[in-house]
Amino acid sequence: MSSVLYDTPGPRAKQRNILYTVVFAVLLVLLLWWVWQTMSDKGQLDWAKWSPFTESQAWTTYLLPGLGNTLKAAALAMVIALPLGAVLGIARLSDHRWVRVPAGVIVEFFRAIPVLLLMVFANQFYSESTQISSDERPLYAVVTGLVLYNASVLAEIVRAGILSLPKGQTEAAQAIGLRKTQVMSSILLPQAVTVMLPAIVSQLVVIVKDTALGGAMLNFTELLNARKTLAANYANVIPSFIVVAVIFIVLNFILTSLASWLEDRLRRGKKSTGAVLPTAAVAGTAATGAGGAGGGVIGVGGDVGRET
Amino acid sequence: MFDFLEGYDVLGAFWTTVQLTLLSAVGSLVWGTILAGMRVSPVPLMRGFGTAYVNIVRNIPLTVIIVFTSLGLANVFGVTLGASGDFATMFFRLAVLGLSAYTATFVCEALRSGINTVPVGQAEAARAIGLSFTQVLTLIVLPQAFRTVIGPLANVLIALTKNTTVAAAIGVAEAAALMKTMIENEAQLLLIATIFALGFVVLTLPTGLLLGWLSKRLAVKR
Repeated sequence: MSSVLYDTPGPRAKQRNILYTVVFAVLLVLLLWWVWQTMSDKGQLDWAKWSPFTESQAWTTYLLPGLGNTLKAAALAMVIALPLGAVLGIARLSDHRWVRVPAGVIVEFFRAIPVLLLMVFANQFYSESTQISSDERPLYAVVTGLVLYNASVLAEIVRAGILSLPKGQTEAAQAIGLRKTQVMSSILLPQAVTVMLPAIVSQLVVIVKDTALGGAMLNFTELLNARKTLAANYANVIPSFIVVAVIFIVLNFILTSLASWLEDRLRRGKKSTGAVLPTAAVAGTAATGAGGAGGGVIGVGGDVGRET
Repeated sequence: MFDFLEGYDVLGAFWTTVQLTLLSAVGSLVWGTILAGMRVSPVPLMRGFGTAYVNIVRNIPLTVIIVFTSLGLANVFGVTLGASGDFATMFFRLAVLGLSAYTATFVCEALRSGINTVPVGQAEAARAIGLSFTQVLTLIVLPQAFRTVIGPLANVLIALTKNTTVAAAIGVAEAAALMKTMIENEAQLLLIATIFALGFVVLTLPTGLLLGWLSKRLAVKR
């Protein structure tokens, strides 16, 4: 097993590796022991603090409604952001300067701003200028913030997807006399959609994670917020955090696996001519929680464009 | 027109944001490099730990991590980072800790993919002419890996700048927290929001342009 950094270990290296393993294992055990001790000192290991999770009440009253709201906000945000992102992404590729430039400014602007600012702004805006009831407002604010941000990220994904298609596709379509709209809607977009699918699914992970912002700052009753009420009832800070974290990890793990499965399948199937946008290509931006990138120079476009 | 700014320290709040960003950037770079070292190491236990850490922490929302540093680490585990009485300092340091722990996973992945872009032949050739491990690392692998990593790391840095707003969840007085207070108390919603939005554009856009230009310039042509 030789890698860039390490040659296949010889007898001395093998002994050294065993030594490292032992030292590292000792450190790890010490850390776990400290965590375990502190938790048992503070009574966080008592069965009374964990047993609520084995009964249905904690789930039906707190966790499941919270998870439901998380998923609802994420799904709504994705469904609304997707067409918006597609429009913005295509507008950025327009031949007309007056369409291309404003679209570019919008995309770069919303990508450079933290989602939290957008959510806080939307929340205040709805409270000042609309009739939305204060119970509903957090959901609206969270979804609005997520849509504004993710539409611009998705716009970049769409643009990268279309740019990744070989030039011959456009040229051939033009040669048989299709108009610009026809080229886009019947030749480029259908192929780009399959190419973009993995990247779009990975963006869902970011959206799911960002819903937690609304729970902490706008009192949106999603999973993290449900944890607070649950912990207030059962006085189980650490167990509740662990359970909520596990739910998020499982949920995101499923989404990530779906994305890489899709990527794999599309690679092998090769129905489209474009390079499949790897989930990792957007990882720098996509997976970084509140998202990444500003200054299109190093955005998705540049990275993925070179992939072919 | 700008009367409403009186009594609010907007620049101070952005300075806190910058401090959070820089300190967390250093923290995540150090911890991320260690993690990347573990993930490519020949010791299975370390590799396993690195992989598990990255996959677990990356999938937890940053907000959950930040809130946990306050309610879990500080309140239950008694980790006060040398500022037990001074709450403002303590929450600031906890936020840096949380941001570093989270961002390190992305730094680790960026570095690891950077190392993986160096062809194995490069290292094999270096070993064949008798270079030691340190020499292979510092003369052959890292110089090439570092150049390919600038772009992804710049993205991580920009995302980190924006992610510092999450620290508002535990009451760190940075830009997002101040904006929330201001728009709740003043009547200039749109103007205030624009000021803060432009503040972040000013922070992130030049970083993106500069590092993007640098990564293009230094890219290894293969």
